[in-house]
Formats: sequence, structure tokens, C-alpha cells
Amino acid sequence: MADKPSDLVQGTLDMLILKTLALEPMHGYGITVRLEQMSKGTFRINAGSLFVGLQRLQRAGLIKSEWKATENSRRAKYYTLTQQGRKRLDSETREWGKQVAAITRILEASS
Amino acid sequence: MLRNVGSGLRSLFRNQQVDRELDEEVRAYLEIAVEEKMKHGMSREEALRAVRLEHGSLDVTKEIVGAARWEALVETLWQDLRFAVRTLRKTPVFTIVAILTLGLGIGANTAIFQLLDAVRLRNLPVLNPQQLAAVRIAGGNQGMGINQDYGDLTRPVWQEIRDHQQAFSGMFAWSVAQRYTGRGSEMRHFNGLWVSGNFFRELGVRPFRGRMLVPKDEGPCPNSYGVASYSYWLRELGGRDPAEGIHLIVNNDPVQIVGVTPPDFFGMVVGDSFDIALPFCQPPDGLRRDIFEVSVMGRLKPGWTLDRASAELAGLSPGVFEATVPPDRDTATTEMYKHFRLAAYPASRGVNQLSESDYTSLWLLLGITGLVLMLACANLANLLLVRGRTREREMALRQALGAARWRLIRQLLSEGALLAAAGAVLGIALASVLSRGLLLLFSTDNNLPQFDLSLDWRVLSFVGSVAMLTCIVFAVAPALRSSRAHPSDALKSGSRGTTADHETFSLQRLIIVTQVAISVTLLAGALLFVRSFRNLVTLNPGMRERGITVAFLGYWQSNLPRERWADFQRELLEEVQAVPGVQNAATTTRVPLDGGSWEHGIRVGSAEGTSKFTWVSPDYFATMSIPIVAGRGFTNDDRTSSQRVAVVNQTFVRRFLSGIDPVGQTLLTIAEPNYPATRYQIVGIIPDTRYSSLRDETPPIAFAPATQFPAQGPWSQVLIYSGLPAATVMSAVKHRLGAKHPDVVMEFHDFQKQIMDGLVMERVMATLSGFFGLLAAMLAAIGIYGVLSYIVVMRRNEIGIRMALGANRVSVLNLVFRQTALLLALGVAIGVVVALAAAQGAASLLFGLRANDPLTFVAASALLIVVALLACYLPARRAMQVDPMVALRYE
Repeated sequence: MADKPSDLVQGTLDMLILKTLALEPMHGYGITVRLEQMSKGTFRINAGSLFVGLQRLQRAGLIKSEWKATENSRRAKYYTLTQQGRKRLDSETREWGKQVAAITRILEASS
Repeated sequence: MLRNVGSGLRSLFRNQQVDRELDEEVRAYLEIAVEEKMKHGMSREEALRAVRLEHGSLDVTKEIVGAARWEALVETLWQDLRFAVRTLRKTPVFTIVAILTLGLGIGANTAIFQLLDAVRLRNLPVLNPQQLAAVRIAGGNQGMGINQDYGDLTRPVWQEIRDHQQAFSGMFAWSVAQRYTGRGSEMRHFNGLWVSGNFFRELGVRPFRGRMLVPKDEGPCPNSYGVASYSYWLRELGGRDPAEGIHLIVNNDPVQIVGVTPPDFFGMVVGDSFDIALPFCQPPDGLRRDIFEVSVMGRLKPGWTLDRASAELAGLSPGVFEATVPPDRDTATTEMYKHFRLAAYPASRGVNQLSESDYTSLWLLLGITGLVLMLACANLANLLLVRGRTREREMALRQALGAARWRLIRQLLSEGALLAAAGAVLGIALASVLSRGLLLLFSTDNNLPQFDLSLDWRVLSFVGSVAMLTCIVFAVAPALRSSRAHPSDALKSGSRGTTADHETFSLQRLIIVTQVAISVTLLAGALLFVRSFRNLVTLNPGMRERGITVAFLGYWQSNLPRERWADFQRELLEEVQAVPGVQNAATTTRVPLDGGSWEHGIRVGSAEGTSKFTWVSPDYFATMSIPIVAGRGFTNDDRTSSQRVAVVNQTFVRRFLSGIDPVGQTLLTIAEPNYPATRYQIVGIIPDTRYSSLRDETPPIAFAPATQFPAQGPWSQVLIYSGLPAATVMSAVKHRLGAKHPDVVMEFHDFQKQIMDGLVMERVMATLSGFFGLLAAMLAAIGIYGVLSYIVVMRRNEIGIRMALGANRVSVLNLVFRQTALLLALGVAIGVVVALAAAQGAASLLFGLRANDPLTFVAASALLIVVALLACYLPARRAMQVDPMVALRYE
């Protein structure tokens, strides 16, 4: 079980994408790799879900995109966080922290 | 939300481009993945395999993304609607009230718009109506000659134009008049349409049965062929096939009906359907040059504008009028006639029985119903605001759970849109009933207007825009307001504001001010119209109205020689006078107040001018209860052979004989065909009486004895005075005369009713504006009541605290009333200003009072203030009865 990637908690993909992009503009594959690295292999994102998430975020105005050349001079779409996206990431992070703390407390209390 | 819908739609249209971009992006993604793998030492083959295993194929990925994109859009819209339906169903009373209110409001507006559309905006149901233009004298014919309804030109003028014009590819002429079919007691009215032979061909009207009239049907009088309208054919001719031969007696001559027009063709007069169309005929003694009876129209040649056609017609005019000068006129009239100019006017919508002021009335009515709809919307907005308050918790919760604000707004708007749409559907259904009811309001005994009230794109787009507008008015502000709830504030349980929520309140206060202003405007308008109508109805015309029956007796079928006509008229009058119950009766050449007019140019001493002329039998003044203030009336001694005498009214005296003793003076009429120049001696004076309509100032009028009438025709109009009901008098006279003279055509009207029928538009305006004015006051009262009740409930704690701290009931009452008084004052002030401005536009419709009549405005304001104070009495009482303990404990 340990080496099999686990599913994301529902609704957290968007937050994770925002977090990844908070560091620097990235293309799609870069986001997958970064998420995998940061989660130490726990989360592996399917290309389909990734693009759905990216489109959703873009529609909501939280990220924007432009075509740029990669380091290997290949054309790829780079995504950047907007001002609104940055705010949303902050509030979601805070909210998440509260929720996790609460959940942890509950789980610890009951054990 | 709009931007989002926009991008959704854009992506619908630019689907391909979006797909291509996505394609490229996904491909780049996979390529980069492969490269990365190769960096770690895999061969290209292995890397490709690995990537495909991990991420699936390119196509599958694209599929997932594409599906998600569309699902998202459709899904959320669908969700919104479903959610809206669910929420609305949870509050059925609110939903039903809202839909009914909107339905009624939209229905009333649509009904009036439908009427306007039918009378004013719709083209004739003929081929290419937009090419049609009418030819008229610019500025009209100044009242010369004999003028028939819709008659712009004489037939000789029409022939001149037809033979010389260049602007039209084809021209035709028509006229309308009521005539009779059948003989004797079988006689019946029909609405006749007389047409030039090419009328139907030029209009492109194809026969429903048989054939239409053609140029060769124009010939010497009498006519021998005619065409029936579809409705007349069904109603009166039993729908028989013209091929079997339909023969009628029309105006005493046999006519064969050779065809039937299609169902949608009603002739050229909107609102008035013709029965039988007959071709122009050439009378044996030639065409009269002084009867303005025909309307001339044509199809403009391609490339010709109205201006160009007018210029061409203007060039043609001197020749046309030079060739058709009416005989026996004085030089001034003849010169004026020769200087008439023809011009072309748009005619795609036919002609109309409604006058300009009738249109103004209809537009005003549309404005009034529009304002009432606004009021209703304001009340709904109020309800939604209150609902919004109760749902604030729900909204806050959903926002806390991550719903975007625009998503909430969108959902609230979906509810509004759903209500508006339901209201619009109900409105359309109601409109078809209401518009027919409206027609009934306009109808009189002998005139039921006939309009095509079917829905067309204009009506539907009107409904659509009205519904959209109402939705915006009543749903947007509450939606914006409700969705602004701050999660943390609203989630704090039981927060019952003291004087908080200024925003909600201020929005509601704005609504109250608007409602009061609109209601004052509507009430003031209603009062103006009701009082104006009352002024007309109660106006004393200077003569008897009640108990007068007008009889028209025609004896052209009795084969009397012309010399006997005058005598026969006298015999008929004596018969009428002998009918039991008839108190008095007199003949007249003009029935007063029926809209008609007859005048002659006159000279009195050195003064020149015009005067109305009426020839009456000796008992006329007694019958109509008009006193003789000086001199004498007419007697049986005033004969054909004796001195010509006249009785004139006081306006005549003021105009022509001021400062002189009028009795004994003479007046000279200027010659006209059939009316040779005549010198009359003035023998009596009567006070001023109204002449052709109640509205018009009394003109100079001269009366002369019937025996001295130079143009007696085979008919007579008799005014009968009796204390019996009109119907009894009519049947008694009909019975008596009918037994003795079966060939005499008889028609009767009730004089008073005829006068009232002339006030249809005024009556409709008074009725509807009165109704809507009261409705407006009621809606405003409901609105004020609702808002105040709400404010009192929201401030119950505060009131409780105040009372606990020693405030007495009076000061609590003041608290509530002060709220209202300010809003009321502001609303009334705005309303009066708006109403004053609006009334200026309606000034021409008013009678006997000015548009800024102070009493009206004071009364309207006072009425509304009373209603408003009543509306706030209940909430105020509830505030007074707040028990401080209960209110405080409730926390």
C-alpha cells in the first residue's frame, strides 16, 4: 500500500495547484512533478484531472496563462497566480489549518 | 456572472480553437514528460510507454477536460434553476403572490400595447405595404366643399392625378360610406367601400372566392357588380358560392356579388371592417367637384422616396387644381383652391379612425400601466428583501462553505428570472382576455371596433423586455444585498439588530419614496381625467339632452317628385307629432353635438366671416328647450314664398353685430352650388348652445326655417321630445309611420346616448386612470405596511429597551410615524413634480380644468397621505404594544 499513490481529499486539488503556482509560474507537467515531489510521492495527479482543475481556476480568475518556451525551448502554457488567486490561497490555507487542527483534535480525543 | 456566460458562449463558438489549444497543451505536457523520463536514462520507447501508462492517452485526456468544461456550464445553470424551483416551492404563498402580481401587471401592459400595435404599428395585410403612399393636400382643404370621412380629394382631382403623375407605379382611390341593402322594411345598413377599378389589383388582394373588381367594372351608375368581405359573406350571405349567383339590392339597385375578399382583409380603415366593396361609377350628370370623398394612394416606383414624390406632386398641383375648380365660389375661395399643393404621405398602415388625441390617450394608458407594474415590482422587491434577511444565515453558511458571491447572486437571480418568466407567460394569457375587454370599453352601441389582436413579434418582444425589466427591478437589488452578508456576522446566532442594517433599511426607504411618488403621480392623473370627464358630462350645452330621440327618415324609395319632398317632410313630421306620448317634434338639417358641421360664408354690413347654418321647423326651439331671448322664433307663416328670415345666436351677434340692435338687421350668404346667395332678415336671438361637440367653443350659428331650405333631399331628421323611454318612443313612431309609409327608411338614436358615445375616449381614460390610480394607492399602502411592519419587528429589542428606560407609548408611536412622515413628504414632493410635468403632456386631453389644477394635486397628495398613514397605523400600534420584558427576554 505504501508505494501506491493515494487519492486527494476532495476539493483540495485546486488549493494544491494554487500553492504550487505561488512559488513561480509553471507549465502543466511542472505542476504534476512539483506536487509529486512536495508530497514525497503520496499524490500523483492524472493529466485529465489536472487540466480540468486548471481550467476551473482560470475561469474563476484565480490563475492566468500564457504560452512561453521551456528550458528545452519547447512551447508550453505557463500558469501564473493572479492577485485574487493569491488571496484565495491565503484564506483557504487558513481555513484548512483550522479544519485540520479540529479534525486532528477530534481524532486524537476519540482514540 | 454575465462575463462567465459570455465566455461560455464564446467557447461554444470558438470550440475548435479552444480544442486546438488544449490539444497543443496536452501534447506539450506529454512530450515534456517523455523528455524528463529520457533524462533519467530511459529510451524514448520506454519513456513513451511509461508516460502513457501513467497519464492515459492524449485523446482520453482531452475527452475528460472537454466534458468537464461543458458539464460545468450546463450543470451549474441547471442546478440554479432546480434550486430556484425548490426554494420557490418551499414558499408557495410568496411564489403565487409574486407570479399573480407580475402576471396581472405584465398582462395589463401587454393588452394596451396590443391595442396600440393593432391600431398604430401594424402594416396593412396587403402585398408590400411599405411601398404604399397616400396623396393629400398639404395642410388639408380648409373645410371647403362637402367632406366625407377619410375623404381627402374630389374624384375629378383623383382622375387628374391618375392621368398625369410619374411617381407611382400604380395608383388607386377609395371612399367609405354607410348605405342600405334591401327594400322597405327589409332594409339594412352596410359599410360600403367604393373603389377605383384597379384597387384590388394594386393592393395585391387575391380573391377568397370568385373574382375581385377590375377596371372594366367602373362604368356608368348604377353599379352592377360588387365584392363582399369575408365576414359579411359568412354573416349575411350564408357563405354561398358567388358562382351560383348572389344578387342583392344595394341602394335600390340590383348588384351581383362576384367575389369574396380574404379573411384578413378589412379594407383601408384600421378598426373598421367593410361589408361590400363597389366600383366607382360615373353619375349621369357628371362628377361633383366639391365633394371631398376619396382617399388616393399609390405604390411608389422603385427608388422614389416620399420627398421626391411630394416634389413631383407639388409640380403637378397647379395644373390639377386649375382643371378642377369647383363652380360658383367666391374669388377668395377659388384662389385658395388653385393654390392647394399635393404631397405624398406614408400609408403602409392604412388610415385610422382614432384621432391624434386618442393615440396620446393610449400611450398615456401604457405609461400608467407601466407605472403600476413598477409599483408591483417595488412590492416584490420588498418581499424579496425581507426574504433575503431571513435567508441571510443560509447565504452566509454557503459562503463560508466556499460558494463564490457571484454564484449566490446568480442563484437569487435565477429565482427572479423564473418568477418573471412565469409572470410573463401568465401575462400573455391574461393579455388576450384583457385586450378584448378593453375593446368592449371602447365600443358603443353602433360601433364595436374590430382589430386584429393576435400576438406578433412586436407584442412578444414587448412582453419579453417588460419581463426582463421587471426581473431587473425587483430581483437585482435584493440579490446584491442578500449576497453581501458577511459570513462571520450573520453566523453569529440571533443577531437581532438595534438600528443596524442601515443598508437594508435604506433600500427599503428608497422603495417607499419611489412608491409614494409613483402613486401620487397616478392619483393626480386619475383625478385630472375623472374631473375632466365629469366636466364634460355635466356641461350644460344650452339645450335639452334628456328625452330627445333622433329619427332619420329616408323616402328616396317612395318615388316622389322633387317638388313634393318638402311637403312630405312636413306630413311625416305631423304624423310623428301625433304619436301618443310625443310632446314635441321638429325637423332639422343638422343634429347638434354629433360631430358634423355646415357653414356658409356670410356678409353682415361690412363684416365678413362664416357662420354655421341649420334649417329647422318652427317647433325646434321649443323641442330643444332653447329660449328666444329677443325677437321671435319661426312660425308656420315663414313659408317658401315669404321673406327669408333667420334666428342667430349670441356669439353671432357679438362677432358681427356688436353694439347694434340685431333684430331687423340682414345677413347675406355667399353663393355655393345649390345654395344661391341669399339675404336673410334676422328676426330673433337665442343664447349660445354647443354646436358640433361639447368640447368646442360655440361658433356663430344662424337658424332658418325648414320651408326655406334650398337643398331639400328625400330625407329628413326629426328631433322628438317625449317623457317616455327612448325605446318606447322609437317603436311607437316606427309602428305608426311603418304602417302608413312602408317605403320610408327609419333609423333612431337616443340623443343623450349619442352624446355620451362621443365621449368614449374620455370615459375610458377616466375609468382606467381612476382604476389604476386607486390600485396604485393600494399597492403603495401595502408596500408601506410591509416595510414598516418589518422595521418594527427588526427594532423590537430597541423599542423594548427604550420603553424599559422610560419611553412612553406616544414617543414610540412618534418613532414609527417620524420614519414614515419624512419618507411620505419626500415621495409626495417628487410625485407632484413628476405629475405636473406629465400632466403638461396630457393638457390637450383635459376639459374644463388646467393641467396644473392646484385642487387636483392637493387632493391627490392628501388622499395618498391618508392612505399611507392608515397603512402605518397597524405596525405603529404593534410597536406601541411591545412588552419590554418579552422583547428583552427574547434574546
